[in-house]
Amino acid sequence: MIVSRPKLSFWEKSYLPQIFSGLWLTLKHIPQKKVTLQYPEQRPKLLGKYRGAPTLVKNPFNEVKCVSCQLCEFICPPKAIRITPGHRNPASTDANVEKEPQEFVIDMLRCIYCGLCEEVCPEEAIILQKHYALTAYQRSDLSLPKQKLLEMGGIHNDTIRKWKTK
Amino acid sequence: MELALWSQLTPAWQTTIIHLLKISGVIGVMLGVVAYTVLLERWVCAWIQDRIGPNRVGPFGLLQPLADGLKFIFKEDILPAHVYKIFFTLAPLLSMIPALLTVAVIPFGSNLMGVPSVIADLNIGILFIFAVSSLGVYGIVLAGWSSNSKYPFLGGIRSSAQMISYEVCMGLSVVTVFMQTGTLNLMEVVHYQGQNGWLILYQPLSFFLFLVSAFAETNRLPFDFPEAEQELVGGYHTEYSSMKFAMFFLAEYANMFVASAVLTTLYFGGWSLPFAPFNQPAQTLWVGLAHIGVFLAKVIAFLFFFIWVRWTLPRFRYDQLMSLGWKIFLPLTLVNVLLTAVVLAIKEYM
Repeated sequence: MIVSRPKLSFWEKSYLPQIFSGLWLTLKHIPQKKVTLQYPEQRPKLLGKYRGAPTLVKNPFNEVKCVSCQLCEFICPPKAIRITPGHRNPASTDANVEKEPQEFVIDMLRCIYCGLCEEVCPEEAIILQKHYALTAYQRSDLSLPKQKLLEMGGIHNDTIRKWKTK
Repeated sequence: MELALWSQLTPAWQTTIIHLLKISGVIGVMLGVVAYTVLLERWVCAWIQDRIGPNRVGPFGLLQPLADGLKFIFKEDILPAHVYKIFFTLAPLLSMIPALLTVAVIPFGSNLMGVPSVIADLNIGILFIFAVSSLGVYGIVLAGWSSNSKYPFLGGIRSSAQMISYEVCMGLSVVTVFMQTGTLNLMEVVHYQGQNGWLILYQPLSFFLFLVSAFAETNRLPFDFPEAEQELVGGYHTEYSSMKFAMFFLAEYANMFVASAVLTTLYFGGWSLPFAPFNQPAQTLWVGLAHIGVFLAKVIAFLFFFIWVRWTLPRFRYDQLMSLGWKIFLPLTLVNVLLTAVVLAIKEYM
């Protein structure tokens, strides 16, 4: 490849026009709008498909949606999820479900935020939401228990009641 | 009553007290400006790059220099095992002290209640500045050599190569100023400019050459070869830490202050402005203080220019600076001296 070398005039060879245009360019940037996001006060705007930490959600009747099928535990690539199945209280309003997790732990230090658990869940009970700043003083604090996951998840307002009649 | 006490003192005591006050005032203001220049540097850099810059310590980040100083003081002072200890310790002092010494002859105002606003009103002011400020390079060369490590060594070599290329044309470029004003005393140079207008109007080429040399003198981009953080990992101060590093850091900014002050004094009229009461020495205290304010404002404008250029231009290679200094600037300064001599001679005989 041949690079064409433009013939420079004396003025251009003196390097001065480049210096002046460069100085003008940087000067123009001084009053411009700044792009800095002042993080702890200002938060980034997350898009709808953002994959944050996986959380457990409840149905509109404030009941745990997870039926403890353990599909997410199976599919989780880094084996971050650990479920201990248990029985659902027969007195509860949707006792047809029969099972619910007795323990449900996600080790957030292992989680890779891939979203496979959400994809595989037949109950739409585990959903990746917008939590992105998980911090703790100890490693063990980042193994989130069921209570914490439900707290982070909140209530999912879906209209399907597939466990109403079994 | 205090004034009565003052008149009882012998003249020697009075002079001593006045000079001590002047020295502490000048050094205090200078170090204050230098500390805030570091903050200004970070701000301007951020603004040019569309960022906000330091704004966490105090209102608008104004206490940042204090935090920086505190950090430097509390850092561990590491003395690497392989250095030449005496010279390694001496080098930061050698680069800091000349920077502080040179302000002694710079007139920072006209006078305050009859006392001239300059620490030492030397008749060879500018020669003193050249003599002392070129000592600063020994600090850098010594630091590069005594660190006994390859990158500082390269930085030291570059620094000496740089010094021989700009010093000649720096000295020659100001010759025209003194040919025109007929004095080497900086106070009188400023008086001349107060009467006849700023010397930048008469000597633009001389100003330009001196400005470029000043960038080389202060090791600022586009001529910061001794540091060159991308190529030389910080250059001559790679092995330094804590207050020793802070001394080099302060010396760089103090040199910028001095260069700005010299540029202001020689070409931008020092404390003078082209209208009354700024075009003649002050009669009252308030005008004297206003003169100091004018001088500081000009110096700060120059400091901003230094920073602005740093965040605009890329670095030259050091052979490019040498060829620029020897092949272009040296002939230009000589031509400039000749032209000025001819013009002055014609004026004389007209």
